[in-house]
Amino acid sequence: MKVKMLSRNPDNYVRETKLDIQRVPRNYDPTLHPFEVPREYVRALNATKLERVFAKPFLASLDGHRDGVNCLAKHPKSLTTVGDDKTVKQWKMDGPGCGEEEEPLQTILGKTVSTGIDHHWKDPIFATCGQQVDIWDEQRTSPVCSMNWGFDSVCSVKFNPIETFILGSCASDRNIVLYDMRQATPLKKVILDMRTNTICWNPMEAFHFTAANEDYNLYTFDMRALDTPVQVHMDHVSAVLDVDYSPTGKEFVSASFDKSIRIFPVERSRSREVYHTKRMQHVICVKWTSDSKYIMCGSDEMNIRLWKANASEKLGVLTSREKAANDYNQKLKEKFQYHPHVKRIARHRHLPKSIYSQIQEQRIMKESRRRKEMNRRKHSKPGSVPVVSERKKHVVAVVK
Amino acid sequence: METAPKPGRGVPPKKDNPQAKKKKPRRYWEEEATPVAAPAGPPRKKARAREPRPPRSKGVRGAPKSRFGRKPQAPKNASDRKKPRRTLSGAQDPFPGPAPAPAEVARKFCRIDKSKKLPRSKPKTRTKLETAEAQEEEASVRAARAELLLAEEPGFLEGEDGEDTAKILQTDIVEAVDIASAAKHFDLNLRQFGPYRLNYSRTGRHLALGGRRGHVAALDWVTKKLMCEINVMEAVRDIQSVFPLLAVDGRGSADPNWNRWLYIYDNQGIELHCIRRCDRVTRLEFLPFHFLLATASETGFLTYLDVSVGKIVTALNARAGRLSVMAQNPYNAVVHLGHSNGTVSLWSPAMKEPLAKILCHRGAVRAVAVDSTGTYMATSGLDHQLKIFDLRGTFQPLSARTLPQGAGHLAFSQRGLLVAGMGDVVNIWAGPGKASPPSLEQPYLTHRLSGHVHGLQFCPFEDVLGVGHSGGMTSMLVPGSAEPNFDGLENNPYRSRKQRQEWEVKALLEKVPAELICLDPRALAEVDVVTLEQQKKERIERLGYDPDAKAAFQPKAKQKGRSSTASLVKRKKKVMDQEHRDKVRQSLEGQQQQRQKQKTAKPTGARPSALDRFVR
Repeated sequence: MKVKMLSRNPDNYVRETKLDIQRVPRNYDPTLHPFEVPREYVRALNATKLERVFAKPFLASLDGHRDGVNCLAKHPKSLTTVGDDKTVKQWKMDGPGCGEEEEPLQTILGKTVSTGIDHHWKDPIFATCGQQVDIWDEQRTSPVCSMNWGFDSVCSVKFNPIETFILGSCASDRNIVLYDMRQATPLKKVILDMRTNTICWNPMEAFHFTAANEDYNLYTFDMRALDTPVQVHMDHVSAVLDVDYSPTGKEFVSASFDKSIRIFPVERSRSREVYHTKRMQHVICVKWTSDSKYIMCGSDEMNIRLWKANASEKLGVLTSREKAANDYNQKLKEKFQYHPHVKRIARHRHLPKSIYSQIQEQRIMKESRRRKEMNRRKHSKPGSVPVVSERKKHVVAVVK
Repeated sequence: METAPKPGRGVPPKKDNPQAKKKKPRRYWEEEATPVAAPAGPPRKKARAREPRPPRSKGVRGAPKSRFGRKPQAPKNASDRKKPRRTLSGAQDPFPGPAPAPAEVARKFCRIDKSKKLPRSKPKTRTKLETAEAQEEEASVRAARAELLLAEEPGFLEGEDGEDTAKILQTDIVEAVDIASAAKHFDLNLRQFGPYRLNYSRTGRHLALGGRRGHVAALDWVTKKLMCEINVMEAVRDIQSVFPLLAVDGRGSADPNWNRWLYIYDNQGIELHCIRRCDRVTRLEFLPFHFLLATASETGFLTYLDVSVGKIVTALNARAGRLSVMAQNPYNAVVHLGHSNGTVSLWSPAMKEPLAKILCHRGAVRAVAVDSTGTYMATSGLDHQLKIFDLRGTFQPLSARTLPQGAGHLAFSQRGLLVAGMGDVVNIWAGPGKASPPSLEQPYLTHRLSGHVHGLQFCPFEDVLGVGHSGGMTSMLVPGSAEPNFDGLENNPYRSRKQRQEWEVKALLEKVPAELICLDPRALAEVDVVTLEQQKKERIERLGYDPDAKAAFQPKAKQKGRSSTASLVKRKKKVMDQEHRDKVRQSLEGQQQQRQKQKTAKPTGARPSALDRFVR
């Protein structure tokens, strides 16, 4: 007879000395790992709960301003500011030496008050807006060209980071105008329901920009087709004052007159995160830092606050095991995100009472508007009350 | 966009070589005999015209037809785009292409059930599902290749020249194998304390023995080191190893008024708990991933006790009299109870009624066992039959065998061997492979013991069968019964104390809630196909009325005489008429759709024949 018994040599399974690491032989056969799905579900539930436990996004509050913080800018090398005294000043990045007064490098006197400024991404050119949009060269004291379309003042201007000759501006007569710098003409404009406060271009998608509007929504437009926004982002309960994209181009943060800032994914219409503090009043400006980890917001109670972009992320250097555990937990949360218990925990955020009650009120208002429209449709000739998608409702006109 | 890796510095670029057509350097794949697996290098038009395109055999990708009607976009892996490496010495790669992976092995790592039809979904969801399927295929190929790294081979026993393996004695096997394996065969002569029942721990290192007259012992049977030995001074019915603890039940004296409760001891023999709610218990089963101890009692109750928290999860009345036959299905943690009317019922703590009832035998069921993959169930009854049922799919008997004496005890091994204890003889049947049921024609091994069998269990990762009988305990050698390669993170017989502690903490953290026990443990990962209408229907049936139905229209009271009886009636009638009109329109639409369907389905009918009128 031929016989062989299974006999293991313990030397192959037990470590030689106490200084070695333990040996862990692996066999990935599914029959040795029963209940894979329920165990992973429980792990996903635990991971979601721990994420909420470790979600402490507030980092620091920077004091010092003596009035409300109105605008923030990020650039590694230079700083240009505009003021209510019709001047444009350019500053050095190092502080003044001892005994010296802080002096601007250069001062340019303009003809009108400027309300916004933006610098070109590559060339030494910047644009200001006030009564009209002026394009300046850094060496000159008068604008290279001025562009205007419409009769109202322009409140903000932004250069496109990818197609660098395109800029967009928002005016008080509820429109967003796109300009071409090479031809020095406006290209086209889109008129919305209410005024847009600012726009921000997506640093990864050449043609997409997001507009922060007074009607509590944000609209992501494709420059090539302005008649329908790509996405309408609805979650704020008061006017949206500022918006900034993450350098990854996948998310953006918006600051609103209701005292909160929200982080939205680009393709979804609802926010994934909301940050608020009792001490933070109306948030005027917000910026996402260029390493995509932090968010800075300035509010009208004179403080600049620093937040984490991912609330439960551990800062600093992670060991490889921590990284692996992090990745595994992320993937699990993603896999089971639609299960009701997991979804309920992941979605839950505490909101201040003012925002919470406003949300309920606005929900009732929207519901009643919807009901009335359905009734009108039901009781009229079929086809006379057309169904307009939510996206098209807010765009009034596009003018080429 | 550049997708292929660029060749190194010293290699001249292939594209801008105008003399390429005149002097073709010989490529390793241009030998006529070898069909190449991976498409490699820049397209060689002449080569293609000369020989027929080699079949793209990657070893596994038989490209099963996609359920979604579109070709799956398999993510391109690096081996696809590998360019032929020109070595300086001119040597050729003797094994071109990616390493072959056996298709059957890769199939066992596939978890998605491709035969299930999914409802129609949006294109985005469909692409996600397709990507998931393609990734799973690739992962299964990689896992199949990694099987090469498994160190151990399973044991085997083959007779030569038509010798019947069943006639081989244990003593012969002991002489023929190595010393370490020979030491695994031992007999414990313990006649004083009654017939023994035994239980191995999940790692297979520790053994718990319980004698009917009160002898309880726990030992590491490999090193023969005794952990604890006590006499509980009362009768012991069953014993179960519950990770570092022991659960012993059924203690009771001959006095029928004395209740037999469930006792829990630690590994040093100290009694920790006495659970009085589980009384007159006959059998114990521990569900390790849920930390549930299932107890079957003489009173007909199946009680689930959560060992980690110490609470009774549920006590189910099986309504079938005395319960003395119990087995668990390790694949889905469902408890199988055998009854005296020949049925086996399947229980889960989430439901008050059994999940299923299977009629197995003509007489009472005496033993039930389920294999480790949850595919086969073996039952034996008073009608001297031993049957194997298919548990996944149809609950039908696959094979049956008449035994000269009824089998009172059954057990499956990790590799699918079945053992039956009949009186003082044990018979072991083996199947052709790991995934197929044991063939009941000829037994693989037999053995006669010194007493009647009272307990049987295969040791988890060793080729050993433990038999508890009225003369003590015997450890038998059964080559080929155990899984040779264990996974160090699940059950590691060589784990250290620290590793055990870590494993315990992780196991408690991922303890599965008892409500998730059902026949298909993968239900949470599947697409939920039950429609909302079906759920609503079930709710109406259960409650007797429809809780979501709109309340009858109550006209609002109005001022200035508009709320007189006549106008109220008129308003009510208006709303009722509108609802009636809607219902009629809906039913008309439904009927139209049905008629359309029938019209399209009609041409597939068979030709009418004269015998149609006899069809019932």
